[in-house]
Amino acid sequence: MTHKLSRRDFNKLLLSGVAGSAIGIFGTSNKAFAGSKRVVVIGGGFGGAAAAKYLRKLDPSISVTLVEPKAIFYTCPFSNWVLGGLKTMDDIAQTYTVLKNKYQINIIADSAVAVDASKGTVKLKSGKVLNYDRLIVSPGIDFKWDSIPGYSESVAGSKMPHAYQAGPQTILLHKQLLDMKNGGRVLICPPANPFRCPPGPYERASLIAGYLKAKKPNSKIVILDPKDKFSKQALFKKGWERLYPGMIEWRSVAAGGKVTAVDAAAMTVTTEFGVEKGDVINIIPPQKAGKIAFDAGLTDATGWCPINPVSFESTIHPGIHVIGDASIAGAMPKSGFAASSQGKVAAAAIVRLFQGKVPAAPSLVNTCYSLLAPGYGISVAGVYKLTAEGIVEIKEAGGVTPITADDDQLNEEAMFASGWYNNIVHDTWG
Amino acid sequence: MAVKFRVWLTACAFSTLALATGSGAFAAGSGASSKPAKQVQVKRGEANPRGLVLSLSCSSCHGTDGTSVGIIPSISGRSAEYLEAALKAFKSGTRYSTVMSRHAKGYTDEEIRLIADYFGNVSRNNK
Repeated sequence: MTHKLSRRDFNKLLLSGVAGSAIGIFGTSNKAFAGSKRVVVIGGGFGGAAAAKYLRKLDPSISVTLVEPKAIFYTCPFSNWVLGGLKTMDDIAQTYTVLKNKYQINIIADSAVAVDASKGTVKLKSGKVLNYDRLIVSPGIDFKWDSIPGYSESVAGSKMPHAYQAGPQTILLHKQLLDMKNGGRVLICPPANPFRCPPGPYERASLIAGYLKAKKPNSKIVILDPKDKFSKQALFKKGWERLYPGMIEWRSVAAGGKVTAVDAAAMTVTTEFGVEKGDVINIIPPQKAGKIAFDAGLTDATGWCPINPVSFESTIHPGIHVIGDASIAGAMPKSGFAASSQGKVAAAAIVRLFQGKVPAAPSLVNTCYSLLAPGYGISVAGVYKLTAEGIVEIKEAGGVTPITADDDQLNEEAMFASGWYNNIVHDTWG
Repeated sequence: MAVKFRVWLTACAFSTLALATGSGAFAAGSGASSKPAKQVQVKRGEANPRGLVLSLSCSSCHGTDGTSVGIIPSISGRSAEYLEAALKAFKSGTRYSTVMSRHAKGYTDEEIRLIADYFGNVSRNNK
């Protein structure tokens, strides 16, 4: 997943800075130097909303239009808290009111259906066409529906929700958990890497276990995993033994965790080792960049979008920046936090490019909190820099909560998880 | 223009230039940055572009412009001197934290100074 700059390109990138000219490594737009500074942002999630806000905040002379079909954006972060009964959907609902009123961003409730990179236009579902000088594409993920025989968008919408885009899917999975009998069996089936929010499925198992332990204590959760390890694994497993002994079983690929097919009518999944029945089945399918990224020709053979790591400008189409889960951002995970961090870096770079200046070297961060139970939190952090190898994690920094953390520290992490949510949604939509 | 160039070079390109010329480690920047540290002192109200990019990271957890709306401490309203000392204490591990030490270790002393200057300026400008 590491996007490598050639040594020559990397030198060129630095030399372009020395010469004070952006030409060569950064795309230029026809009107950028003529004073027209119009940016269209496609997608109002963590990446797109942060980019839109910070463009306006850093340079109020830039006009920003944000295209997002949903009036309310439900965040994936903390949607597992909803599944565990610790939060409501209202608690994770974000709107565009502040971005519109305070930051004077033109919010268009529509979907982008086509991009013409040569003309600098975005066509919307309504037929309306927007002109841009620079475009930011932040479409999040789409699912590879055909990768699991028997699974489909309609199966996800009725019997086996993915709940990996928050909203109706979260409500459906939550309802299934509420309706399940005591003694029921929950199957959680995460995909192989790379996928959105690497610790997400395991926090989900934890918080569902918290609900089941309190209300339906004879129930079980089985995680069927096509991987041989997962994010914050030692911390999760220690927490599960302490909090939910015997309730959560994790099966690695070697133990038959890989799901090869599903049967929605029978409510079963087939693994390499046999057939598993579930009362609630959560299939998290393999993923790719959101649809508009494909339609705009921004993806490569991996199904994700290659970018210049200084500005997140597409290496395929100059003038278009791709941020968030859809981008190939080297060592960075696909997370809301990472998307927001990338959105700010892209915004700062675009401000400089409009001024005819070279962007500053990027600095990127990620922090993902996971809650195992109220008062029991863990985290993973990473600080990222640009090298000739692309975006790499700084080895001396980052890492996870110490495995030896005592109850006071785990409680602090849980408190900071809530504090983090409040601040990042405020920093993005508020 | 010359001044601008020097600021850019010192603030962000020094370590990467070292890389490009083959030393192969960003850490080389910390050695390089000890000498010109005084030269990058940004003027009040003037955002150093590298300092800005570094500092935007902080707002995800500490709030826009460092003003928190929740339990995580605000970093706005603090002086650059205070913030620099705090970040260095987190970096060295002499100050207890859950996650800050893991973040602070990701920055050179020069980068820490740029971040401290940025939020120190935000604080002064907001007064």
